[in-house]
Amino acid sequence: MTSKGEETDLIIVGAGPAGLSAANKAAEYGLRVTVIDEFPEPGGRMLGQFHEESGHWWVGKQIADELIAEAGRRGVRIRCGVSVYGMLKVDDRFEVSTSIGALFAPRVLLATGAAEIPMPVQGWTLPGVMSIGAAQVMANVNFVKPGRRGLIVGINVLAMAIARELSVSGVSLAGIVLPPAGPLAGAAAKPKDNLELLMGLSHLAPSPILRMGSRIARSCNLAGWIANFFPRKGIRMWDIPLQLRTAAVSINGNERVESVTLAQVDAKGEILDGSQWEEPVDFVALAGGLYPLAELASVAGCPFIYTPELGGHLPLHSEQMRTPVEGLYVAGNITGVESALVAMSQGRLAAASIGVDADAIGSGGDRIVAEAMEEVGRTRAAALIQFQPGIAEARRGIYRLWQETIEVGV
Amino acid sequence: MERIQHHPILGKTKFHQPITYTFNGKKLSGYRGEPIAAALLAEGIRVLRRHEESGAARGFYCAIGHCMECRLVVQGQGIVRSCLTPLEPGMIITEGQQLANEITGRKLP
Repeated sequence: MTSKGEETDLIIVGAGPAGLSAANKAAEYGLRVTVIDEFPEPGGRMLGQFHEESGHWWVGKQIADELIAEAGRRGVRIRCGVSVYGMLKVDDRFEVSTSIGALFAPRVLLATGAAEIPMPVQGWTLPGVMSIGAAQVMANVNFVKPGRRGLIVGINVLAMAIARELSVSGVSLAGIVLPPAGPLAGAAAKPKDNLELLMGLSHLAPSPILRMGSRIARSCNLAGWIANFFPRKGIRMWDIPLQLRTAAVSINGNERVESVTLAQVDAKGEILDGSQWEEPVDFVALAGGLYPLAELASVAGCPFIYTPELGGHLPLHSEQMRTPVEGLYVAGNITGVESALVAMSQGRLAAASIGVDADAIGSGGDRIVAEAMEEVGRTRAAALIQFQPGIAEARRGIYRLWQETIEVGV
Repeated sequence: MERIQHHPILGKTKFHQPITYTFNGKKLSGYRGEPIAAALLAEGIRVLRRHEESGAARGFYCAIGHCMECRLVVQGQGIVRSCLTPLEPGMIITEGQQLANEITGRKLP
């Protein structure tokens, strides 16, 4: 690396499912591509993800390995352990400031993924308290168990998926409980709201209450009823007690987690008097959900929109993955929190748009973009894990906003 | 904490070259290339840092470089995020230190 910097056709920030898929497609169109990621190895969060899907295991690491091998064959440059801390557009190219110096390219794709929403609980700064994703990375990427016996606080799609992974990885879990009610937790502390969310997950659930009951419950608005009569001890999902009527009050210990104070709550999340007890654990995983990791888009001057269904504030973008900043594209969870498969198809779509804009595809480019857009839609419709209800509708709202503003030159 | 020697779905770990290093002057073992935070966790060490102002114990929180909670000192590299920094043989590592002065001007109890 020289101080003059390195010039390429496309810089991709993030070597996860979206970034690697985009890199391979863009290289196929003949572009010189550099992918940067600050994690020591490529693959993104796919490295630690696996789940059972109609009888077989979907293993993110295998898909990551295939994408990395293809990148090698196509001459994509992947640079790991490199952090990006700034971006500036000078004339017709971006200067990307990194921990190994400046990189230059006329086009940049941001595929930075998502980050976890912090969920404060009393005692959460004690060593041994971690985000649910950290427990996943320690066990499934670093192969070190996060502790001897843990508790998950927060009931959502991410928590359920990782709880299952931890249990398969041999990590002992005392249960999954609610966060304490209060302004910080909001609806996440209310049993009824959680049940409604979980019903969207029922196809993943081995428990008969959730599996068979979900459709009926949804149509008859039974969530309130179940929340009232949910068994005090919880029900077991994959051998993990799911405790919809229990909340974590505080995390206790001297310089490390030693126990969690738990309490029974009513259907509204209010603590029942005298119901507190201490559960001995040596780690706690907080599951607050995910939000798009989009600071770089902001640094680059991209306007943002707030879309709760997709995880919060995200860069405005078109269905073709362009942003209002010319030469800047987005793909994957930075555009909204969805599964790795959706991120991969978004990466290929972004690469098609980049290929068209860079005159790398030639005739037929529009058709390739249209096909890639259809593929994203199909993947989304078939996704096993829906992080929030209403994703497709929220997406249409964003694209409509784009058409009514950027596209017509407002 | 226990290492997962053979993962039922993911197989064997890619880290297999045993090495030694020191943490707060104590000689410990780990594997070359694994994140420092993981090596220390495997040795049962959770306290990676003292809060700069209060001195309270801190460990890793997100494990992927977002939260900055796991920062500590590697001789020759300065303050690093231990969840992103690969372990190397002979590394001299020290927990993140409490500072002598109040950094925010807030009066400590």
